[in-house]
Amino acid sequence: MTVTINGSPAALPDDPRVSLLDLLREHLHLFGAKKGCNQGACGACTVLVDGERVLSCLALAVQYEGRSITTVEGLAPQGDMHPLQKAFISHDGFQCGYCTPGQICSAVGMARELRQGVPSHVTADLRAQTIPPSHDELRERMSGNVCRCGAYNGIVAAIAETFEGAPT
Amino acid sequence: MNPFTYARAENAHDAFALGSQPGAKYLGGGTNLVDLMRETIERPVTLVDVSGLSSEIEERAGGGLLVGAAVRNTALASHLAVRTRYPMLARAVSSGASAQIRNMATVAGNTLQRTRCAYFYDDEGSRCNKRNPGQGCDAVDGFNRYHAILGASPGCVATHPSDMCVALAALDAVVHLQNARGERTLPFIDLHRLPEDRPEIETLLEPGELITAIELPPLAFGARSTYRKVRDRSSYAFALVSVAVALELDGDTVKDVRMALGGVAHKPWRAWKAEEALRGKPATAESFRAAAEAELAHAQPLRGNAFKVELAKRTLTAVLAELKEMKV
Repeated sequence: MTVTINGSPAALPDDPRVSLLDLLREHLHLFGAKKGCNQGACGACTVLVDGERVLSCLALAVQYEGRSITTVEGLAPQGDMHPLQKAFISHDGFQCGYCTPGQICSAVGMARELRQGVPSHVTADLRAQTIPPSHDELRERMSGNVCRCGAYNGIVAAIAETFEGAPT
Repeated sequence: MNPFTYARAENAHDAFALGSQPGAKYLGGGTNLVDLMRETIERPVTLVDVSGLSSEIEERAGGGLLVGAAVRNTALASHLAVRTRYPMLARAVSSGASAQIRNMATVAGNTLQRTRCAYFYDDEGSRCNKRNPGQGCDAVDGFNRYHAILGASPGCVATHPSDMCVALAALDAVVHLQNARGERTLPFIDLHRLPEDRPEIETLLEPGELITAIELPPLAFGARSTYRKVRDRSSYAFALVSVAVALELDGDTVKDVRMALGGVAHKPWRAWKAEEALRGKPATAESFRAAAEAELAHAQPLRGNAFKVELAKRTLTAVLAELKEMKV
């Protein structure tokens, strides 16, 4: 029973109680994903499963056998940064940085959802095949990631710049 | 979290063979169940993972859809046929939870999620008849801003938290069920029950019974439908009140209508009285308001949620007016 984490295979835990978040942090010592609330409210534990953003605190690791997990540590090659990570720095998309890995993984997943035409609560035309990444769309789609420093304006600006064509 | 064994079901027969054992529970995306297990409110001895079962959305003869139980919420809201033929459903699903949770949560799991009543969650500090039958209810005289105004009992005033289910209630959806003894179907509106004196029993599911699919019958005027959710913040919050409405007009007359309310009762609340009051009436603000009045006439608000009665009436009235003007 294995799962792929950032391109490398990892053994799944014997105890089915272990969450995907605890597997990452306690077993594999990948500390990017954070245990903020541990109840699905804050988004700090967001990781990508086969490119889809999920909350690793609510995921039992055993459910993810054979799947490919990407954490913030795996978004870019060692020593390099994902364009969104660079944009977070240039737009002051954080203060304390605690929520940042979750914000960044979430935004990468969100960009894919936009490309796939997944509608959101604020999408006016449900029949549209493409959804413009407006300010309102980005804010709505990122509502599952809380930032208690209140760096939201910088976060939205960084996301908008990275996933081109997005008005800020 | 209490210890449990985990088993993945490869097919439905697998699932209910395992799921009919004492103490077994089915696991979908885990977004509610894992949380409740961590709080030791749910203490299954076996988790039967059914998240790998049917995740297909099939076309049905006559223009309906059959939605597999393991279809993820995001996939349901994104499906072109849902967006075009049942926009209220796409809107309801999109307004629930967060994007991460919608990616994980299954349709059947959404249906069977438990109330978010804070007293139900507070195992150590509060009494709850749903969590500990016979214990009493601290919500009735407590902080009950989020609680029920329709169909509640003295022993339980919890609300059903789902948005998706409100649309399914309005759409006359049908639940497909299966257990070792065979298959059956149930109108979606009959799946959940009112609390009466047994609030711990939330559905008509039999032990080990598995939801295999949810069927959406064709609705010719489904395109003129929507869902509106009123909540304390504009995203990622449970509904104070929500409404799902589909409207069929014949000129300026209401030919037919489907309406359901969320955030007001122990189950998704089909607004039968409002529908009856509105069919055949002129599509005017006055008849919309009269229909809403008819539905809420027997509302029984608590100390903290009397505002919901007027809020539900205004939201229903406003959505009907919006649909009247909708270009379809």
